[in-house]
Amino acid sequence: MKNTLLATGLTMALLAPMGASAADYVIDTKGAHASINFKVSHLGYSFIQGRFNTFAGEFSYDPSDIEASSISVNVDTTSLDSNHAERDKHIRSGDFIDAGKYSTATFTSSKVVDKGDGTFDLIGDLNLHGVTKPITINAEVIGQGQDPWGGERVGFYGTTRLELADYNIQVMGDSSYVDMELHVEGVKQ
Amino acid sequence: MKQEVKNYNLVARLIHWLSALVIIGMFAIGLWMVDLSYYSEWYRTAPHWHKSVGILLAVLTIFRFIWRHITTSPKTEGSAFERVVARVVHGVMYLLLITLFVSGYLISTEDGRSIDVFNLFSVPGLGALFEGQADISGEIHFYTAWALIIFAAVHALAAIKHHVIDKDNTLRKMIGVSK
Repeated sequence: MKNTLLATGLTMALLAPMGASAADYVIDTKGAHASINFKVSHLGYSFIQGRFNTFAGEFSYDPSDIEASSISVNVDTTSLDSNHAERDKHIRSGDFIDAGKYSTATFTSSKVVDKGDGTFDLIGDLNLHGVTKPITINAEVIGQGQDPWGGERVGFYGTTRLELADYNIQVMGDSSYVDMELHVEGVKQ
Repeated sequence: MKQEVKNYNLVARLIHWLSALVIIGMFAIGLWMVDLSYYSEWYRTAPHWHKSVGILLAVLTIFRFIWRHITTSPKTEGSAFERVVARVVHGVMYLLLITLFVSGYLISTEDGRSIDVFNLFSVPGLGALFEGQADISGEIHFYTAWALIIFAAVHALAAIKHHVIDKDNTLRKMIGVSK
């Protein structure tokens, strides 16, 4: 049994570097090498930084044909965390994202536009607060290769701006939009 | 053997009426403050006062239990059935009050922040004790507050019934003017 596993592993290790073809990756939420962060204006004077602690997703990525890539991510909206329990409770309430009712936000890509130099536009549908709208994430490849523990990884950075009104989320004063900052590291399957 | 008394003692009466006043006020302010706009000048002050008063009332209530234990209370009047109901209603009101203290504390301390009491002192937060603490505690706090107000109304109506219809000392002994 052990030998079979070892043999399979060795075979895979030998085959893996053969060609940089499309591969499937799972976002490394287990090791927390990925994060979904948001930034909202506070009174127009500064920004509040928060994140969603629980999410999962996978993607397919081919460095030689970025436009063939695709990704889907599910975010547990009840995991919103801005490092302030009372504020988080308020944002999760029916006044804002209504996480009790809309407990999952999903993003599914529909198109990738290669902009060269490892940058690309990731276009897809974001379902949030019961509303589905197309969004564009400006993304770039940060790096790719072997990790020290026998796996292979690729990582990206992406940003996008969400207008709260688009998702029927209450706008309060200057806080009409949210800037999302996404760090995504995937482990090759 | 403790001596029988006709009235509740002064301290017990003061605590009773002060608690009544505070609980009704806290209920009203609680309902009002959760709907305040972020830009309201009360948005920060009202919850700060609500939490401060809540902590102080919790301290007062703990003292009340001790005081009740070490002093003598007058007998409950009414039929055997009424006396049992009175006992149950009083017990439930105390339980609801304790539930309010605990749930209120848990809303504000999930992130480990302490609760400032009128900038006099602060009660340390214990952090997250269970999943979804602030949200769940908030729901419990809301429904418990309503339950307490309903029980308090029943309690008040019963006292008025005893005073007006039975013409006994139920209400009088809490004012200190038993016949």
